[in-house]
Amino acid sequence: MLKSKTFVKKTRSGGVMKIVREHYLRDDIWCGSEVCTECKQESTALQRDPCMESNLCSYQHYVIPDTNVVLHQIDVLEDQVIRNVIILQTVLAEVRHRSAPIYKRLKDIIHEKEKNFYTFTNEHHRETFIEREPGESANDRNDRAIRVAAKWYSEHLKKSESDTDPLKVVLLTNDQGNKQKAEESGLLVYKCEEYIKSLIGNPELVDRLALSNDDKNDITSSKVLFPEHLPLSRIQAGLKNGTFLQGTFRASRDNYLEATVLIQGLQNLNRSVYQDVVAVQLLPRDQWVAPSSVVLQDEGAAKDDNEEEGEEEKELRVSAAEAARKPTGRVVGIIKRNWRPFCGMLNASIIKESTRHLFTPADRRIPRIRIETRQADALAGQRIMVAIDGWPKHSRYPNGHFVRSLGSAGDKETEQQVLLLEHDVPHQAFSQAVLSFLPTMPWDITPEVMVNREDLRSLTVCSVDPPGCTDIDDALHCRELDNGNLEVGVHIADVSHFIRPGNAMDKEAANRGTTVYLCGKRIDMVPELLSSNLCSLRSNVERLAFSCIWEMNREAEILKTRFTKSVIKSKASLTYAEAQMRIDDTTQTDDITKNLRGLNKLAKILKKQRILKGALTLSSLEVRFHIDSETHDPIDLQTKELMETNSMVEEFMLLANISVAQKIFDEFPDCAMLRKHPAPPPSNYDILLKAAKSKAVEIHTDSAKALADSLDVATVEGFPYFNTLLRILATRCMMQAVYFCSGMDSDFHHYGLASPIYTHFTSPIRRYADIIVHRLLAVAIAADKTYPDLMDKQKQSALSNNLNYRHKMSQYAQRASVAFHTQLFFKSRGILNEEGFVLFVRKNAIIVLIPKFGLEGTVFFDSKNKAAPKVVFDEEGPSLTVEQHTFHIFDRVMVTISLDASNIQHQKIRMSLIEPVIPGVSVSAPEVEPLAKKPRLDR
Amino acid sequence: MAGLELLSDQGYRLDGRKATELRKFQARMGVFAQADGSAYLEQGNTKALAVVYGPHEVRGARSRIRHDRAVINCQYSMATFSTAERKRRPHGDRKSTEMSLHLKQTFEAAVMTQLYPRSQIDIYVKILQSDGGNYSVCVNAATLAVIDAGIPMRDYVCACTVGFVDETPLADLCYAEEGGGVSSLALALLPRGGQIALLQMDARLHQDHLEALIEAAMTACKGVSKVLDQVVRQHLQEASVPSAE
Repeated sequence: MLKSKTFVKKTRSGGVMKIVREHYLRDDIWCGSEVCTECKQESTALQRDPCMESNLCSYQHYVIPDTNVVLHQIDVLEDQVIRNVIILQTVLAEVRHRSAPIYKRLKDIIHEKEKNFYTFTNEHHRETFIEREPGESANDRNDRAIRVAAKWYSEHLKKSESDTDPLKVVLLTNDQGNKQKAEESGLLVYKCEEYIKSLIGNPELVDRLALSNDDKNDITSSKVLFPEHLPLSRIQAGLKNGTFLQGTFRASRDNYLEATVLIQGLQNLNRSVYQDVVAVQLLPRDQWVAPSSVVLQDEGAAKDDNEEEGEEEKELRVSAAEAARKPTGRVVGIIKRNWRPFCGMLNASIIKESTRHLFTPADRRIPRIRIETRQADALAGQRIMVAIDGWPKHSRYPNGHFVRSLGSAGDKETEQQVLLLEHDVPHQAFSQAVLSFLPTMPWDITPEVMVNREDLRSLTVCSVDPPGCTDIDDALHCRELDNGNLEVGVHIADVSHFIRPGNAMDKEAANRGTTVYLCGKRIDMVPELLSSNLCSLRSNVERLAFSCIWEMNREAEILKTRFTKSVIKSKASLTYAEAQMRIDDTTQTDDITKNLRGLNKLAKILKKQRILKGALTLSSLEVRFHIDSETHDPIDLQTKELMETNSMVEEFMLLANISVAQKIFDEFPDCAMLRKHPAPPPSNYDILLKAAKSKAVEIHTDSAKALADSLDVATVEGFPYFNTLLRILATRCMMQAVYFCSGMDSDFHHYGLASPIYTHFTSPIRRYADIIVHRLLAVAIAADKTYPDLMDKQKQSALSNNLNYRHKMSQYAQRASVAFHTQLFFKSRGILNEEGFVLFVRKNAIIVLIPKFGLEGTVFFDSKNKAAPKVVFDEEGPSLTVEQHTFHIFDRVMVTISLDASNIQHQKIRMSLIEPVIPGVSVSAPEVEPLAKKPRLDR
Repeated sequence: MAGLELLSDQGYRLDGRKATELRKFQARMGVFAQADGSAYLEQGNTKALAVVYGPHEVRGARSRIRHDRAVINCQYSMATFSTAERKRRPHGDRKSTEMSLHLKQTFEAAVMTQLYPRSQIDIYVKILQSDGGNYSVCVNAATLAVIDAGIPMRDYVCACTVGFVDETPLADLCYAEEGGGVSSLALALLPRGGQIALLQMDARLHQDHLEALIEAAMTACKGVSKVLDQVVRQHLQEASVPSAE
């Protein structure tokens, strides 16, 4: 059965090395077809009746794509129509080598049973293995291997079926040479486009076809716009000797012609797209420029080619002061593309019959994409997804193809889908595999569950949450002990009891990482049965919990800490407001209220201690929409107010998190999942310091404590909102807090909370990190078993990277959702005049914050259709002088707010200045429509 | 670049074997006339030569003499040309010393040393080409050599290296697999009684997986013992036929 064959490989590791590996050839690799009688296979993937109807091939057939077809046409292969495909091992290996994301997608397709994809291990099959011939390149050898395998299949299938027409195999390739050779050896071979177009009844599949290189000459203006990319070998050499630098290209959020610090201008960007890994060459020092503070206004209308570009770029090239210049470079080559399908809208071409159109992605950091479609009329006004295929050097825009349509633009459902897709939030319904791991209902607490669990059902536990919260993951209790001390307990839903490590539900939760809260919608991390029922610590039902119980004295000093799994029965689920009312109402003296008062008292002491240690109280405005119960449109907008009870709950959660962090770190110094918040570099504070100085207030940023103290005393006479504004600015200076694995890092400090160690323990229903922490803690107190991945610090650290990414993306999605609802709100409210404060000053604009709505907007001083006013920007202030008036940070202004719907893709909140009055710049206050009659109008 | 995929979805390893399959065995016994026993063994591309001298009287320090049993002296070395990078490999580097010690322990457990008091048995093993599983191949080769020397053993000592990838134990690792970040375990077994002569693992592995891994190693060792048995029988037949004529 085994036939040994050794072959020789050369690899580079410093020098040339000869590697000898064994290569066994087998004759027990089966063809995977249902019709085959020769192969002794247990299961077959390829059906007897492949049912792919095509004009070209009227007979029954299987399809074998070659590597390039898989790489470029993965969107087509993913379509439900394409079935019964044979993926050769050669192809799979090449795809794996060339593109990890496509490899993953291909594997997903193979795993999908209905698609009937079969992987044929041709390299180890005795009859299909071929050796590389002298003088043959690796690619040619692989092409030949594919042809040999296809040949084998066609002969093999010929043998097996006698009664009906034999099944045939069709080889798909886009390579002319390969096709010719295949035809010579008598194979059925087609170009991918030919074949797809011949499929009956699937016109939209053609749109999904990626444009291959041969078609490039279709879309050509002969002018070469971009410099050629360097070949990979030169890039590698350049990276090695330091002339080139490697990095991930991240476009700036404000300005799509400028990347983080380094690269400016379309030419220098040289076809790199956001998140590509690129090689950069630094420009000589005299060509360095400063990052412009210009906010580029997106003009909506697509400039079809290169007429206007010069203008935009000239704007950027404003020479800057020598000091502000940053190292500037240009992209010389792209090491790895990181393209994914993008959401956006079609700009239909002006010529009606044209099949080529420009596509504008929703994400501004992505350039427009040129696509070819026949259904432009149908797609106009819809949100669609498009994938990039390539970017030829003579085209201003990359070429791409249509993937699918999401729905009409402006529609709430569609927009939500867009923002979930754009932020890479997994939001599909849970699969059957996941749901199969849910406990069966009715669920009850059985004696097995009670092993290692304390019975705390008699305690007066209650929960305090925002109104409308259904996933209650924390509850509290407080009682007096006989020795006069207080016992305080934090009870957290025991999610890890239900989600066992390694099963499908666990993997799904680990991938989702966090629950995402959008306005009016929640995308759960765990199925609803758990999140809103079994794990939710609702009142008057028995629930499993993980408890952290302290004994404290009256000064809130912790005398004893213990952790235990438990069963609790919450006595009340309160909202913050209800809890506050109970505390304030002196006539109430029931157990729950006494509990709350005790907790509140301790929380105040805890908070004071924490602030003394240097914890920061920062501020960011959070808004809350009142949503119409029928239309789900926002009808009012308020900033969230904070009550004492908010901070009461928060204090105990912080305390629990810190205690748990300490415990798991002591127990597992190598693999504890912790959270850190690095101290920001001093330069981050520049803007804050300058802003404060302009109001003659001094801020110290040497340490967190100094910052907290100086923020506390920073007030300006007659300007009560000043302090809040300062805190908002300070928040912007901070770094992101991140999860990490304790074995991989040495700096654990949490800057914002001024705690040497911190983790997340208290919200396992909505954060996966907490589940891991629960598991670690359960092992630490011997209430549960460990499992391999939990102790593996590499895997832990990979997991925390995913969690950090999901966390960040969910925040962006949340913000985008708020922004979208704000737009809906202003759409229904019409024009408003509001008071605001200047938050930042840019070269051509000021950014204004409206405290009433927590809304930030930009007031531009130059616009294309008006003569620009005289604008002088002072970097040091920073201040901006427009005509006679000078704007500083924190200035009070009046603006009028309206919705700018001229560009349906990027509807914007437009702000224009009313006060102070600057002739030619400010507008007169428009009439504000009375509110009362508005809501009923559209009926 | 992505590392090597050690086990494909279809269940094939890098070299085309399935998870439990061993490499190809080729063995010859009695390759040196001068020695008391000798054997040459190929397991895939790992090739080893084992030579046995003894039992003979103890040489060197008299303090090493044991009055109730024989002393086993093992020496392991690798040919300078055995690996891809040709380095000068002086005798007595730490790895070789350690390997020698392991071999000594293994064979002290298997050879019936009590039959030869006050004597010494020398086992020399040399790796001629290295492609993973050096220890196991040495043990297997040495077993054949000891049998060739006619020294009684409790049982064949069979060894196999196994690794753990994607929740699946892989038998008889090759070099590419050993280097691919697999936690590998070497086991020497006396297969008939199921006694373990030596078990060695340097990598980290979760306790839950250990049992499955040892189980796989034992199965693999039993497979090895079948092959070795065949080799010995065939050798005896070849050796006895001409003398009968």
